[in-house]
Amino acid sequence: MKSAVIVFPASNCDRDAKVALEQMTGQTPHMVWHQDSELPDVDLVVLPGGFSYGDYLRCGAMASQSKVMREVKAHADKGGAVLGICNGFQVLTESHLLPGALMRNAGLKFVCKPVALTVEETQSAFTRKYDQGQTVTFPVAHGEGNYFADDETLNRLEGEGRVLFRYQGDVNGSARNIAGILSDKRNVLGMMPHPERVVDDVLGGTDGRALFQGLIETLS
Amino acid sequence: MTQITPQIVKDHGLSNDEYRRILDLMGREPSMVELGIFSVMWSEHCSYKSTRAHLKKLPTKAPWVIQGPGENAGVIDIGDGDAAIFKMESHNHPSFIEPYQGAATGVGGIMRDVFTMGARPIAMMNALRFGEPSHPKTRHLVSGVVSGIGGYGNCMGVPTVGGEVNFHRSYNGNILVNAMCVGLARQDKIFLSAAKGAGNPVVYVGSKTGRDGIHGATMASAEFDDASEEKRPTVQVGDPFTEKLLLEACLELMATDAIIAIQDMGAAGLTSSSAEMGDKGGSGIELDLDKVPQREANMTAYEMMLSESQERMLAVLKPGREAEAEAIFKKWELDFAVIGITTDTQRLVVKHKGTVEADMPITALSDAAPVYERPYTERAPLAGKPSFDAGKPVLTSLKTILSAPDMASRRWIWEQYDHTVMSDTVQVPGGDAAVVRVHGTRKALAITTDVTPRYCRPDPFEGGKQAVAESWRNLTAVGATPLAVTDNLNYGNPQKPEIMWEIVAGIDGIGAACRALDYPVIGGNCSLYNETNGEGILPTPAIGGVGLMQDVSRMATIAFKRDGDVVIVIGETRGHLGQSIYLREIEGREEGGAPKVDLGLEKKNGDFVRKLIEAGRVDTCHDVSDGGLLVALAEMAMPRGIGASVGVAGLPQAIPFWFGEDQGRYVIAAPFAEAEKIVAEARAAFITVAELGKTGGDRLTLDDKDSVSVAELKAGFESWFPNFMSGEDIPVTN
Repeated sequence: MKSAVIVFPASNCDRDAKVALEQMTGQTPHMVWHQDSELPDVDLVVLPGGFSYGDYLRCGAMASQSKVMREVKAHADKGGAVLGICNGFQVLTESHLLPGALMRNAGLKFVCKPVALTVEETQSAFTRKYDQGQTVTFPVAHGEGNYFADDETLNRLEGEGRVLFRYQGDVNGSARNIAGILSDKRNVLGMMPHPERVVDDVLGGTDGRALFQGLIETLS
Repeated sequence: MTQITPQIVKDHGLSNDEYRRILDLMGREPSMVELGIFSVMWSEHCSYKSTRAHLKKLPTKAPWVIQGPGENAGVIDIGDGDAAIFKMESHNHPSFIEPYQGAATGVGGIMRDVFTMGARPIAMMNALRFGEPSHPKTRHLVSGVVSGIGGYGNCMGVPTVGGEVNFHRSYNGNILVNAMCVGLARQDKIFLSAAKGAGNPVVYVGSKTGRDGIHGATMASAEFDDASEEKRPTVQVGDPFTEKLLLEACLELMATDAIIAIQDMGAAGLTSSSAEMGDKGGSGIELDLDKVPQREANMTAYEMMLSESQERMLAVLKPGREAEAEAIFKKWELDFAVIGITTDTQRLVVKHKGTVEADMPITALSDAAPVYERPYTERAPLAGKPSFDAGKPVLTSLKTILSAPDMASRRWIWEQYDHTVMSDTVQVPGGDAAVVRVHGTRKALAITTDVTPRYCRPDPFEGGKQAVAESWRNLTAVGATPLAVTDNLNYGNPQKPEIMWEIVAGIDGIGAACRALDYPVIGGNCSLYNETNGEGILPTPAIGGVGLMQDVSRMATIAFKRDGDVVIVIGETRGHLGQSIYLREIEGREEGGAPKVDLGLEKKNGDFVRKLIEAGRVDTCHDVSDGGLLVALAEMAMPRGIGASVGVAGLPQAIPFWFGEDQGRYVIAAPFAEAEKIVAEARAAFITVAELGKTGGDRLTLDDKDSVSVAELKAGFESWFPNFMSGEDIPVTN
């Protein structure tokens, strides 16, 4: 599986994503600078966590207007896989590659802790290596992860099996405790928890590995 | 030229004697710009004039020390060509006035100190002191400081991995915010601040200069009064996005060989960075302020030289390398300007709009700065054994202590810090020390911040020793070899002889412990004048310690891990209740002598424990500190809900045994066969050791009689902080 990690000036999980991809695929991903107007030929694009352009405006709002995002949209339109983690999820909703919005956490505080998630749907490249209903533990680290969409959208997401991960409790006020959603073509995943931080035993968990293994099996 | 009146001199925080010295050094009356430069460079904050003579006594050398005090941060050798670079610094005064920005810029400033030396920051720590919980400002200050630290560190993508927090009424009007940054560099890529050579371009990079923070260093060198909040305009505003760009751009430039010297613009901004670089390089510096990127119109030379706008750096490049450097800063969309040149005159010359605004010998700002041997009045340390009510039930007291403000879980704080970004955090907050892996290796750094201020007022010397010893012990307890410390000395007004004594004795105590434990001081910061309306803080010499672990898979943590492990205490328990948490929280008194640290035993016990962990024989270890032995046991039981049954036959007095704060002790837990060997080895080495009982179940049981559920202990431990911050709890006055 060939992959690329998009690097905005204040991305800060770009290295984490790179290391996880290297560990899982054995190949070094392309690191693509935000001003690049061309994407290399890859199977997977990762939008990493961080603060893209400082996010003093709505998180991800400026990043959605960047040169490289035009390329990411084109990649997604062609059916290419995109994984947006944390700030990457925010960029994806701001870019309308995913529906809804991520608002300030209901508790008004940044929250960093491991959270238990239910794998709600295994019919996707991202979750096929998990069991339906399996509990996994990923860390979250965000101030604006409170997922919002209108009821009609939420019902559609649920009905179409596009809610892949759900918090097992209230973490940030998200509608229906949604932690990660899929695009209608099932090739774009946005999620607030960090699978790339749980691929290494020493760091206290490996629940994120199966997500990358699913992608590798599907895309290689 | 403005006439310098006695009032102007006073407004600059300079004494009459100091002004006479300026007249001597200059041979004429200084200009306003020159006076401003003197005032910040001679401020306590920049010149260390009250402490310098005493700081010289600290041990600063060891074979593994690459750079001791005097640079932006200290550097140690951690093997394989790697270096750890670290420092701790205070941002106390600004954080009291404007907690969010004060704390945020404190974090930004200490990160710049570390990355200006070529290191990528890999971990942040902090040491925070607030007033008593019932004080009307405390909640507001806690909330602002914590979100400020998180707001800056989280955006930078550097994990904030731990720290310590105390509440005490002596900090009601003067909180302490000490931030520590640890970075990693290659030993052949360390950058210093000596601007050697003449004719080299002086470049300015980062944010534009505004009028913010003018005279911040002078503010940090004065006591507070009721009008202090009017000083809000001297607090700087942080921009972590720009700092992130500056970090990446600087590291990119540092990968070339274009830099001769580089220094961040922290306190006293352009003034201190240019003066210090010239001073260390033995050169002169000529600045043309017209070239300085400016955020506001019509700034004067005085304002530009004293501005403390954040996220700026000054560098001296090799001639001809400007374009290459500029391209890097343009890529990161940062300002870049050649604003001056190095000279061979050893003078700082400042030009603005065709006028020479300052022309002064650089040594006047450094070597010739005043050094004071301030008088001090020794006082005998408090001594004596406090009385206590022997009838109080032990487990009820344990519950009270675990939910006391100084003892309860700090989860409410550290869950607001991204502590796992960079994917190398091996031990998260809540243990004895944070552990962060050296990226791409099996090695790891252990990091801790420590001081017990309630020991430092009754006995400043033992308190200084204890701060170092506890730091060394915390690193040992995770299995690391302690290597070096940075100190952050927070005290009151040094012009008061009784305070000066606290400073002198504290430094002596730190020095004694660092020497005995082979644990040198490689950098630090002094914050004096921590007083409001004449009330001094408890002496608070915070120690930031760093240790090295060769194999991170052998790290120990505090959590009991298995049923049936034998619980062992290493070190002697004599039942020292003076100045203890027990006495304060249960008896309501702060009395008696501080516990004494026997540095020889400290080393012997610690080395014994560390060897066990390094050999992979022990994975469960906790040092015994605040609250004593029973509190340590509860802290080991709570993480995984594994209880223990403990007791000692024939105890004369239960309370001092379980709650005394004798130093140099560790609790370890190991399976039976291993435990028997450990006890035998300890006895053979003449180390005091005792078996306390066995792990198992979900209750903590004493002497096979009384017990309490671990879940109940944990509920109290975890709930105090969130309840306090949400206003649901009636604050407890300590």
